[in-house]
Amino acid sequence: MSNPPSPCVFSLRPRRERLCFTRRNSPQECAINAPTPQAAGAPAVELRGITKRFPGVVANHDINLTVQRGTVHALVGENGAGKSTLMKILYGMQRPDEGTITVDGAQVELHSPADAIGRGIGMVHQHFMLADNLTVLENIVLGAEKLYGIGGKARAKITEISDAYGLGIRPDELMENLGVADRQRVEILKVLYRGARTLILDEPTAVLVPQEVDALFANLRELKSEGLTVIFISHKLNEVLAVADAITVIRRGTTVGDADPHAVTAKQLAEMMVGSELPSPESRESTVTTVPVLQVESLGLVEVDPDGIERTLLSGINLTIHKGEILGIAGVEGNGQAELVEAIMGMRKPDAGLIQLDGQDLTHVHTRARREAGMGYIPEDRHRHGLLLEAPLWENRILGHVTEEPSGSKGLIHPKAARKDTERIVREYDVRTPGIEVTASSLSGGNQQKLIVGREMSHSPKLLIASHPTRGVDVGAQAQIWDHIRTAQREGMAVLLISADLDELIGLSDTLRVIYRGRLVADADPSTVTPEALGTAMTGAATGHIEETPTEPPTDYTDADHEAGE
Amino acid sequence: MSDNQNAGSAGGGSSRIRAYFDRLDWERIGLAVAAPVLAILFAALVTSVVLLISGKSPTLALSDIFSYDIHPDSTVAILNRATTYFLAGLAVALGFRMNLFNIGVEGQYRIGAFFGAYVAGVVSAPGPVKIILAILVGVLAGALWAGIAAVLKVTRGVNEVIASIMLNYIAINLIAYLLQTNTLGYQPPGSNNVSTKPLPADAMFFTIGTYGGQIWGFVIIAVVLGVGFHLLLSRTRFGFDLRTAGQSDGAAQASGVNVKRMILTALLLSGGLAGLAGIPELLQDAGSYNLTFPPGIGFTGIAIALLGRNNPIGIALGALMWGAFDRASNQLGFDGFQPEITLIIEGTIVISVVVAYELVRRYGLKRQQSRVGRELAAAAAQAAGSKNKEAAA
Repeated sequence: MSNPPSPCVFSLRPRRERLCFTRRNSPQECAINAPTPQAAGAPAVELRGITKRFPGVVANHDINLTVQRGTVHALVGENGAGKSTLMKILYGMQRPDEGTITVDGAQVELHSPADAIGRGIGMVHQHFMLADNLTVLENIVLGAEKLYGIGGKARAKITEISDAYGLGIRPDELMENLGVADRQRVEILKVLYRGARTLILDEPTAVLVPQEVDALFANLRELKSEGLTVIFISHKLNEVLAVADAITVIRRGTTVGDADPHAVTAKQLAEMMVGSELPSPESRESTVTTVPVLQVESLGLVEVDPDGIERTLLSGINLTIHKGEILGIAGVEGNGQAELVEAIMGMRKPDAGLIQLDGQDLTHVHTRARREAGMGYIPEDRHRHGLLLEAPLWENRILGHVTEEPSGSKGLIHPKAARKDTERIVREYDVRTPGIEVTASSLSGGNQQKLIVGREMSHSPKLLIASHPTRGVDVGAQAQIWDHIRTAQREGMAVLLISADLDELIGLSDTLRVIYRGRLVADADPSTVTPEALGTAMTGAATGHIEETPTEPPTDYTDADHEAGE
Repeated sequence: MSDNQNAGSAGGGSSRIRAYFDRLDWERIGLAVAAPVLAILFAALVTSVVLLISGKSPTLALSDIFSYDIHPDSTVAILNRATTYFLAGLAVALGFRMNLFNIGVEGQYRIGAFFGAYVAGVVSAPGPVKIILAILVGVLAGALWAGIAAVLKVTRGVNEVIASIMLNYIAINLIAYLLQTNTLGYQPPGSNNVSTKPLPADAMFFTIGTYGGQIWGFVIIAVVLGVGFHLLLSRTRFGFDLRTAGQSDGAAQASGVNVKRMILTALLLSGGLAGLAGIPELLQDAGSYNLTFPPGIGFTGIAIALLGRNNPIGIALGALMWGAFDRASNQLGFDGFQPEITLIIEGTIVISVVVAYELVRRYGLKRQQSRVGRELAAAAAQAAGSKNKEAAA
C-alpha cells in the first residue's frame, strides 16, 4: 500500500516493454517500478531466456526468473500458462531448448531430478507420492537409504528436521492414518531429508482447506527463516499475496513481470495474469423459483472394498434443486461428491433413496434415459468421462446425445447435422480450433471444456450437473463458462455445482451445502458465508446452518474477491 | 449468423463433393496407407534375408509368388479363400472396435461350421431350406459359443481373452468327440474320413462361373456384410455406442451407453460372424464338416483384422493377400522352396504392421496437435488486438 496514487505497481524488465502491463480504460501508464528486495549474494536460482518447445506449442519462451535465497518466491499464472513446464525444467525433468539455469551463482545443466537434488533443488508434487502401507519413516528413507541408513540415524535426522522447521512429524505413524495436510508435510520433509535447499511446491494448497493452508504457510515461513528458498506455484492469488516475498507472473509461456506482494492487490495481479479485466463469479438477482426440478431423498450408497469391508460412501442425502437455482456442494475432495454425482447420473446404483427429475422417478433408469429426461453433465474429469480424445470434435458433440436431435434419431446418427451443430458450438462458445475434424486431444483444456459446456447446453437440460466446471481452465474460458451457466440459470435451468474453488461456489450458488464423509452436514447462505466458515464445516467441525460468525473480517488479501459479492 | 459461406457450399452438388474432399485429411490417409505398405516391404526384406541365408534366390521366390498368383484359376481360388478370411477378419474387427479381443474366433468358427453342417445334414428338407438352416444355425452356434465368454466377462469379470482361448480348446475337443461314428459322426462307406452327414448337391450355394473357375456366391454375401459392417459402425447409434465403449469406458458410461450390454452384444455379433465364416467352405466346397476342414481360420482372422485396421476395405485387402500367400505356398513347394516361407512373410507382416500402426498413430496425433497449435497461433496473431472477451457473452 505504499503506492496509493497509481494502480499500476509492477516492475517489468525494461526490454520487455511491449508486455508492459497497462490497465484497460485507465489513463495511467505503467510507470512505477517496484524492484524486488535484493538480498546479498548470488541468487538461489536464476533462469535466463528459457525456451521450451513441444510439437506445435511453445510451452515456455524467454523465461527470466530470479529467486533470492531465503525468500518465498511465488510463480503465478493461469492454468496452461507454462508454470509446470518451467518447474519441470528446473527440476531436471525436461531439458530447455534455449536458456541457462544458474544455481547459487554456478551455471548448471540438469539432466534428471537426481541432478537437481544434487544441486539442492527438491520438488513437492501436487499429487503425493507416498506408500500408504509404510510408516512415515519408511516413506522418507525409501530411495534415499544411502544417506542416513534406515534405522536410528535416519530417525534422528527426521526428528531433527521436523523440529527445526516445526513440521511436527511422527516418524512411526502409518501413512494411511495421516490426513492430507500431514502427508504434505511428509512430502516436504522427504525433500529436505534429501538435502534440498530450494523447494519447489506445485500448487500445494489445492488439496487443503483454509485452516490447513494457514498451517502450511507457517511452515513455509519457518523454512524461510532458516535460510531455505521456496518456489511456490499457484494461481490462488490471495494465498500468494499472503505468503510470498516476491512474485513473478507468467502468462502464455513467458514471464510478463515481477510484482511486489506488499504493493499489489489480488485483482491487479489477476489482471496481470490474464491480461484483461478479471471476471468474478459475482452474485446477481435471484432467479430461484419454487418449482422443484431435482429431488433426492435419503440417497445412500455402500461399497464393499476388496477386503470385504463395507464402506458407506453416501448416506441420507436429501436435496432439492428448484428451477433457476444453483445449488453448490462444498467439501474436501473425496468426501462423496463424485459418488453423489455418479449416483444422480445413473453411473452408480444407489443402495437406498429416490431420485426424481421434474416429478419423474429416475431412481432405477439407466444413464441414457436420465440424459433424455433432461440431465446435462459436465464431468469432473473431462478426459475420462467427457470426451473421446481420439475422435473428431463433431463425434464428441454426438457423445452423450446420440438419441437426441440433431445428433441422431431412430437408431441412426446424423453426421451432417452433427457437424453443422458442432460448427455452431465452436462459434457460439468460442472454442478455439482450426476445424471440427481435428481430434479432441489436440485442443487445450479450456477449449475442450467449452466444447463440453456447449454440447450439454445445446439440449437445454432441466438440470445441469457441473462438476468442477472450470478446473484446469484458463481465466478467460472460466468467465465464459460462468456466463453460460448463469444465462441458462436465468432461463430456468437447475444446476448442481460441485467445486473445490470456494470463490466459485460462493459466487455462483444460490444455496450451499457442505458434504463431509458422504453426508450433507451443513448448509450456508452464500451471500453471507465466508470461505473460512465454509472451510470449518468442510473439515466436519461445524454442522447445521452456518450462521454469520462474528469472526474478524477477512484479511486484506481476500478483499478483491469479496467486494463483488457483498 | 455469419455462416454464409457454409450455407453456400452446402447447396450445389459439385461443391458438396468438394467439401467432402476438403474434409478428408489427406495427410492422415497417407499415413494410414504408409503403415501397411512399409510393413509389407519390411516383411519382403526379412524373407529375402532368410532365403539368402538358406542359399535360395529371393527374387525367384517373389516372382514365383507373383506370377503364379495372377493366373486366372489362382485368382479365383484366392478370391474364394479370401471370402472365408474376410468373414473371420470382420468377426475379430468387430471385437477390436469395442476394445475386446475375441481370440476365440477359431472355436466359434468351428462350432458354427460343425453345427451348421450337422443340422443341415440331418434335417430332411429341400436344398434351399438346408442352405438357410446351415447359415442360421452356423451364426447362432458361433454367437452362443462366444456368448459363454461374454456372460463370463459381464457377470464375473473374466477376461474375454482367457475365456475365449480356453473355449477354443473345448470347441476342438467337443467336435472331436461329436465327430465319431457312435455320436454324431457319419462315415461314408469305404472311407476313413468321418464327417457330418453330407449335403446333397441341391443344398450347395450358387457359384459364378468364370474361365478361371467357379467363384463362390458367398463373395457377394461377404461384400454385403462388409458394407453393412461399415454402415453399422459409422451411421447407427449402435455403432456409435460400440465405438464409444471401445475408445473410452468412462466416456461411454457417462454418455449413457450400457457398457455391459454392449460387451454382450458385441461378442455375440462377433461370434455370429465367426460362425458364419465356416459356412462358405461348407456350402461351396466341402458339403460336410469333416476332419480336413481348414484349421486356423480364426487366428488368421486376427492377423487380417490387425492388418486391415478393423476397416472392411482393409480387411478385404488383407484377406486377399492371405489368400494369395496360401495359394502361392502350394506352388513354391514345386520350385524347391520351403512352402513355409510364406508363413515367415505372414508373421513378419503381422508383427511389423502392429508396430508400424502404433508409430504412425502417435506420429499422426503429434502432427495434428502441432498443426492445430500452429493454426491457432496464426489465427491469434491475426486477431490480435480485437480479442475482447466480451465477444462471447
